[in-house]
Amino acid sequence: MQRLIDRAKELLADGTVVRVLGWKKGDLGFNPEPAYFETAEALDSDFIYDGFCGANLSKYMIEASKKDGKTLVFLKPCDTYSFNQLIKEHRVDREKAYIIGVGCKGKLDIEKIKAMGVKGILSVEGASMDSECETLTVKTLYGDKEVSYNEAMLERCHVCKGKEHQIADEVMLESRDTKDAERFAEVEKIEAMSPLEKFEFFKKELSKCIRCNACRNVCPACSCRKCVFDSTKFDEATKANVDSFEEKMFHIIRAFHVAGRCTDCGECSRVCPQGIPLHLFNRKFIKDIDTFYGEFQAGEDTETKGPLTNFTFDDVEPSIVTERG
Amino acid sequence: MSMNNEFRPKIVAFCCNWCSYAGADLAGSSRLQYPADVKIIRVPCSCRVNPMFILRAFEKGADGVIMCGCHPGDCHYSTGNYYARRRMTLLFSMLEYLGIENGRTRVEWVSAAEGVKFSTTMNEFVDKIRSLGENVRLGDLRCKD
Amino acid sequence: MQRIGVFVCHCGSNIAATVDVKKVVEIISQEPGVAHCEDYQYMCSEAGQAKILEAVKEKNLSGIVVCSCSPRMHEGTFRKAAERAGLNPYMVEIANIREHCSWIHKDMEEATEKAVILARAAIAKVNLNAPLYPGESRVTKRALVIGGGIAGIQTALDIADAGYEVDIVEKTPSIGGRMSQLDKTFPTLDCSACILTPKMVEAAAHEKITIYTYSEVDKVTGFVGDFTVDIRKKARSIDMDKCTGCGVCQEKCPSKKTPSEFNRGLNTRSAIYTPFAQAIPNVPVIDREACIKFKTGKCGLCEKVCQAGAINYEQTDEIVTEKYGAIVVATGFDTIKLDNYDEYAYNQSPDVITSLELERVMNAAGPTKGHLERLSDGKHPEHIVFVQCVGSRCNDNRGKSYCSKICCMYTAKHAMLIRDKYPDVKVTVFYIDVRTPGKNFDEFYRRAVEEYGVNYIKGQVGKVAPQSDGSLLVQASDLLDNKQIKLKADMVVLATAIEPDPSVRRIATMLTASIDTNNFLTESHAKLRPVESPTAGIFLSGVCQGPKDIPETVAQAGAAAVKAIGLLAKDKLLTNPCTAKSDELLCNGCSVCANVCPYGAISYEVVQVNDHGIREDRRVARVNNALCQGCGACTVACPSGAMDLQGFSNRQIIAEVDAICR
Repeated sequence: MQRLIDRAKELLADGTVVRVLGWKKGDLGFNPEPAYFETAEALDSDFIYDGFCGANLSKYMIEASKKDGKTLVFLKPCDTYSFNQLIKEHRVDREKAYIIGVGCKGKLDIEKIKAMGVKGILSVEGASMDSECETLTVKTLYGDKEVSYNEAMLERCHVCKGKEHQIADEVMLESRDTKDAERFAEVEKIEAMSPLEKFEFFKKELSKCIRCNACRNVCPACSCRKCVFDSTKFDEATKANVDSFEEKMFHIIRAFHVAGRCTDCGECSRVCPQGIPLHLFNRKFIKDIDTFYGEFQAGEDTETKGPLTNFTFDDVEPSIVTERG
Repeated sequence: MSMNNEFRPKIVAFCCNWCSYAGADLAGSSRLQYPADVKIIRVPCSCRVNPMFILRAFEKGADGVIMCGCHPGDCHYSTGNYYARRRMTLLFSMLEYLGIENGRTRVEWVSAAEGVKFSTTMNEFVDKIRSLGENVRLGDLRCKD
Repeated sequence: MQRIGVFVCHCGSNIAATVDVKKVVEIISQEPGVAHCEDYQYMCSEAGQAKILEAVKEKNLSGIVVCSCSPRMHEGTFRKAAERAGLNPYMVEIANIREHCSWIHKDMEEATEKAVILARAAIAKVNLNAPLYPGESRVTKRALVIGGGIAGIQTALDIADAGYEVDIVEKTPSIGGRMSQLDKTFPTLDCSACILTPKMVEAAAHEKITIYTYSEVDKVTGFVGDFTVDIRKKARSIDMDKCTGCGVCQEKCPSKKTPSEFNRGLNTRSAIYTPFAQAIPNVPVIDREACIKFKTGKCGLCEKVCQAGAINYEQTDEIVTEKYGAIVVATGFDTIKLDNYDEYAYNQSPDVITSLELERVMNAAGPTKGHLERLSDGKHPEHIVFVQCVGSRCNDNRGKSYCSKICCMYTAKHAMLIRDKYPDVKVTVFYIDVRTPGKNFDEFYRRAVEEYGVNYIKGQVGKVAPQSDGSLLVQASDLLDNKQIKLKADMVVLATAIEPDPSVRRIATMLTASIDTNNFLTESHAKLRPVESPTAGIFLSGVCQGPKDIPETVAQAGAAAVKAIGLLAKDKLLTNPCTAKSDELLCNGCSVCANVCPYGAISYEVVQVNDHGIREDRRVARVNNALCQGCGACTVACPSGAMDLQGFSNRQIIAEVDAICR
């Protein structure tokens, strides 16, 4: 971590960048948050990069692109897909970013630790980039507890897209292989259910939604200046009426809007305060796109046409959905 | 017919102006019967059909939604139905994934000359929706217990 | 909220017999926003339209809903009426309660209920309508005719005579088409070449006409008034400017085994060839597949004997790009393949031929120099059997469901000509029906029967079996005598169904012109707009639209020309105002809309916007209204909803959905 701070200070000092976009320590030991740093002092006192820095900083570059001068941004391998996608959509200015691709050893999910029955958490040790990432020592009000690093990882890290940065000006710190599950296994599990089971599953999950919009706000693909759900372009009448169309269809429409653009960064599920596995919608679209139109990974580059803005003459017919049974 | 308590589904049909709407007109001028449950909305092209419209229809109580456009290769705007085809394939697959009964949505390519196909398709689709019964699930997806 | 007037049309009894129009009026009158509602016998009549004018004035209406026939029929009529009433024409919506309701339902209660719902949907839409104003686009004063047969030639001549430039694109080496293959024409028995050749010459000599033979349309972009077309001039291997048409190369060419397309494969031609003696242009092409020089690199005889030095083996395809205001399709027809009709022994015996092949046999320039003889042994036939409706009016999938229309007449012609020239030859015709509607047609057919003694038998031929003595055994049913008959024939002539030339599919796709299930191009209206394609600026000439004989083709060719001229005579066209429009405050500038636009109508620019007090430079989409055709692909691709389609906006369509589902 100190190497990252030193390099950031250098780039600030030599004028390459005028600010740094990274993570700062939170009020607890396990809740860092995205932040701008403009001075060496701020970096020294507040900057952090450890296993809890799951936040994808790509989306913040939309605002940073409008500011004067270059911004140094730290991107994990999976974040770089989002950044490429944003370049493709002309939402970020590549010239305004100095990208340090940072290594990643798998990001942690405090909710998973809590779910293991660990209560009264004060801090977590063993999450730093220097650690072996085998066990975490959780300091609690009731003493120390040991937890497996891998078991505390975010779901997305178990299906990691790889250690390679898709775009970066320089790369720092080593990454670790964390993939130990099939990306579409969860989706396939649901697909195998009966229609009624599926419906009950999603109804139960979606019923938890409180429409806090955290998923939308964190999603790098949901980068619209104004979300359709907030505009009167589709329907004025529902604005005053919460129990209606957008309430019921929000997640389906949101998933459709990002289909072909979603990089599967998993931020939506990470930030959902209700623990709804929102990535299951996006990943279903990704799986279908791969099956029907050939494998496609959004954000792999900045040029390729997305699957929904493209076609072939012999694409499958929609009836395939009913025909495959 | 309407006097008894038989289930009368609400069915929305999006038809592109150039082929399918004309095909529906031809079905009409050829006096080819299909149930009055089907109500047609004219759009310039199948690519104008936003998946949101279909979800909207379901949320407002539609029991089935069908989209008709020019045959692939014959789109008045050259490529519109190719985009529509991908959008609808993905939407239908998602609806199936959510546990919505297969068959409440359909896409059919109907040319301006295919009045017979239009009416046959509508008859089939209405039969299918009648057999599925009222659509409760989509309207119910985020109802809190 | 609009003040809406709703007008419910009876359409005589077309609507009123199934829809209780009074009840519709009663219910719709209560709808919010409806300031006026009435029914009338015929809304499209002068008196009906006057009602709209009156109501707009009296009730100060801002929007109109007409519950009537399809908008494809009278939307224009009612828009004009609204305009006369001082409203913007786009403040009109049609509820289609005829084609989509009264005509397809029998139960009055159901139909009335549906009519009310369709009216509500239209009301919901018109509530959100906004005045729209068409833009203008230019007209390129030049026409393209695709196909150089009699249809294309006639259309081109008529357009050129009106003073406009016309280009003809013909895929074979010469113009002339099917008509050039015919020997005589019914019902006057003129020699086909004698009446066609002068037209070909006239077209070639016309200062306003450019002919591209051995050429194909490669690409079409643009729209009515402003098409851009790439024409591929296939490598002829001959310098057209140098060739004098002396014909020596064709004589000397050692490769002479290629079946002659012009003579329907009944004889052969050289590798360097003109299809027929009167070909225009009289410049040969080298068939590179047959040419020894191209196949082996050796030979080059034609180059040696060509005094003009016109042979050019190095020639390559050339693309000519030209702009047109109107395009006429005149791609014509071919006869169907007979592979599905083994019972006629067409593939087994050279003495079983199609009628078009018989034309070549009868023609003095044909493979037999006009002598009627069996192609197997050159013997003079004693008995010829004609079989009608081969592949026409077919109920199974082997042939075509339609009547090819010309066969009854040309068969009568063939029978008559043979009986006239060779009174010793017996002629029998098997028919299902003899169809002779046309000026002097039935008289012609009766002459064949009465004066020339042609034996017409109502019945179908079940089998033609080649016999060991070289004759053909024809087994058939005689429906009038109700018996099976067997006849010995020397030749059998099949009146083979005609179908649109296979090239038409590709052309229709390029032009986005619709075609029917038989690959005939669809007309805009079967009765009222028979020579216009539904695609603006595309006109139909000849058999590409449906089976026709020569006089009908020439008449339609002229009609298509007049429609094209009517378009070319305009300096500006009003463009459809139902185009896409982007809200720059919502636009992300993400380019997804431009990716799906088939017309390249969307570009991006950086503009300073004032978004609720925040001033900033943003990259936003701009729609070029002259290029946008209003498909709406961009509106769905747009994630933020910034892109919307005027006249079919998101809110309008959702309002219709809501009205239908309520």
